[in-house]
Amino acid sequence: MATLTYRDALNQALREEMQRDPNVFLMGEEVGVYQGAYKVSRGLLEEFGAKRVVDTPIAELGFAGIGVGAAMGGLRPVIEFMTWNFAVLALDQIVNSAAKMLYMSGGQIRMPIVFRGPNGAALQLGSQHSQAWESWVAHIPGLKVVAPATPADAKGLLKSAIRDNNPVIVLEGEMLYNMKGEVPDGEHIVPIGLAEIKRPGTDVTLVCHSKTLAVALKAADQLAEQNVSAEVLDLRSIRPLDEAAILESVKKTNRAVVVEEGWPHAGIGAQIVDLIQRDAFDDLDAPVQRVTQADVPMPYNKVLERAAKASPEKVVAAARRVLYLE
Amino acid sequence: MATKVHMEALSPTMEEGRLVKWNKHEGDPVKSGDTLAEVETDKAVMELVARSDGQLLKVLVPEGTTVPVGNIVAWIGKPGEKVDGAGSTEQGAAAPKAGPSPAAPAPKAPAPAPLAAPADATRVKASPLAKRIAKDAGVDLKLVQGSGPGGRVIKRDVEGGAAQVRAVAAPAQSSVLRAPSGAAYEDIALTQIRKTIAKRLAASIGPIPHFFLTTEIDMERAAEAREALNKQLGETGGKISFNDIVIKAVALALVQHRACNAWFQEDHIRYWNEVHIGMAVAIEDGLITPVIRNADMKSLRQIGEESRELAGRARTRRLKPEEYTGATFSVSNLGMFDIDQFTAVINPPEAGIVAIGSIVAKAVPDGDRVVVRRRLRVTMSCDHRVIDGATGAAYLKTLKQMLENPLAMLL
Repeated sequence: MATLTYRDALNQALREEMQRDPNVFLMGEEVGVYQGAYKVSRGLLEEFGAKRVVDTPIAELGFAGIGVGAAMGGLRPVIEFMTWNFAVLALDQIVNSAAKMLYMSGGQIRMPIVFRGPNGAALQLGSQHSQAWESWVAHIPGLKVVAPATPADAKGLLKSAIRDNNPVIVLEGEMLYNMKGEVPDGEHIVPIGLAEIKRPGTDVTLVCHSKTLAVALKAADQLAEQNVSAEVLDLRSIRPLDEAAILESVKKTNRAVVVEEGWPHAGIGAQIVDLIQRDAFDDLDAPVQRVTQADVPMPYNKVLERAAKASPEKVVAAARRVLYLE
Repeated sequence: MATKVHMEALSPTMEEGRLVKWNKHEGDPVKSGDTLAEVETDKAVMELVARSDGQLLKVLVPEGTTVPVGNIVAWIGKPGEKVDGAGSTEQGAAAPKAGPSPAAPAPKAPAPAPLAAPADATRVKASPLAKRIAKDAGVDLKLVQGSGPGGRVIKRDVEGGAAQVRAVAAPAQSSVLRAPSGAAYEDIALTQIRKTIAKRLAASIGPIPHFFLTTEIDMERAAEAREALNKQLGETGGKISFNDIVIKAVALALVQHRACNAWFQEDHIRYWNEVHIGMAVAIEDGLITPVIRNADMKSLRQIGEESRELAGRARTRRLKPEEYTGATFSVSNLGMFDIDQFTAVINPPEAGIVAIGSIVAKAVPDGDRVVVRRRLRVTMSCDHRVIDGATGAAYLKTLKQMLENPLAMLL
């Protein structure tokens, strides 16, 4: 087990999968010579050559479409978007081609493709470049969506995504790439669709994923000082959702706060609240609370940006509400 | 942030409460659990307790005012915090009013239309988890004071089973009879208990098809037994009263006639295997029926002690809700008022009640001569939906046998 950054864990997953299967190839803007805008593809061009590490023009719809065609032809493309904000331009290929191909061909044409890149806000990138994509892509049947929060999960989930015969959306994070953590060597697979309790607790469940894991863990520390034992449940996969893990935790704690990066309206948290109210109704002691980004385009102003994001303080306040401590 | 203090439902049937006395005043520090005020419900005077810490910032309802359940009566918060002074307390408030004097009759102001329906006092707000815990533990949520928002019953309120319901001393009662001013008349607002009596009894004699059975019981041997027992008890304490003997006999006879120990429910009849006797007690401005539970299994001495204790607290209005609910059959005794015989009104959902008159010395034929015997007339009111004539008559016969031959109670 080595201590790696999130970016190097992704790099390791790509390298190992490209070594394992000659059909796997990487394509996107600046992935080759520049070794990736965020250096996720460092050393890959040198090791695998220009045929398998392909630099593209600035044409998201075009190279997403080439990827879809390659997948139909039997290859396993990994399409990198410099950020998910640029993938807006490629939505037709993701939604209308990749997500529907298996279904509309009556199961004849598989779609083993990965679309990956950093998601959500970083620091002062403005409203067009600070969007969290989870609920946009998780809405679409035919896509799988994962959002790893740690280096180990990043490696394990990217490997699962590359080996999956369905299109998989991998949501990374610019603010996560430098995070360090222990990553198992070699064959480390995290199955898609499994959540993980990152911190056990008894009084309230904090449901989170991706960057909000760090927010929830900080909130749990603060709650512990107030004698509240918070359980932190990291979804890891957004679709399929690990419903059993959510329900099991809520049935234990009787209270939940859902924390996410995206906007509140029709967000991932709304889906989770729906699940809890339906299948854990008799175990609830309080209405489920949500902590989200403010319902506005992300402000550029530093102070306003901080105020708009989910924070440990907001999570603590929500937890205290479900515990009737406010 | 300042928190509201609501008029809470402090009894199962409470729809409004009269604020008798503020124990805390504006500016006083309060802690969660402190008694803020005493509130007269339809049954008793209860404590309204604080649900949060801070300072009693504002009192919105003066003493003597009646307020629907759910209305805001005060605010608790940090010293100096601004709160909404108007609240929602005006609607439905009704303080006692004096009528106009004959010299200057003033037109009565039209009653303000209610702005909003008072909270439905019969609905208990509880979290789904609290409901499940209460159901599993057999706790009646109506008896639980919720500590969540708007009085929601939450997990911590039902953990450990029973609810905390406390009664407090009754306020000094003013006489209803004396006219203090020269006014031609005086309007006195209905007290909560009087309103409940009106509602409950009208709901009884109206829809319930009553019928009445009367029998006369020879109490000579019961009287002898009582004298002997009391002699034996001597100075050791409580005497056995005729009322105790009657309650015991009523309960034992019910064991043999379960058909009369029943509740009429909308779509079913609940026949009770336990015998809980409601004992009507006259109190100032009303009556209440404390319950002697499992009266069939208690000794005369236990019944005597318990009934005196319950009646005493009933008169000072210190009964807890669970002490005056859940009877399976009732007894009403007006013997001490020199009433030969009367009919009592059934206390639903019970199906029967027996009315006990005075024990009167009477000349009765004994063979070919006339002797003087102590006699008691008992009238049973029956809910015909549950009890038929012959069923009731059979019960009364057993009761009569038991009282005429108290040894039968030992069988």
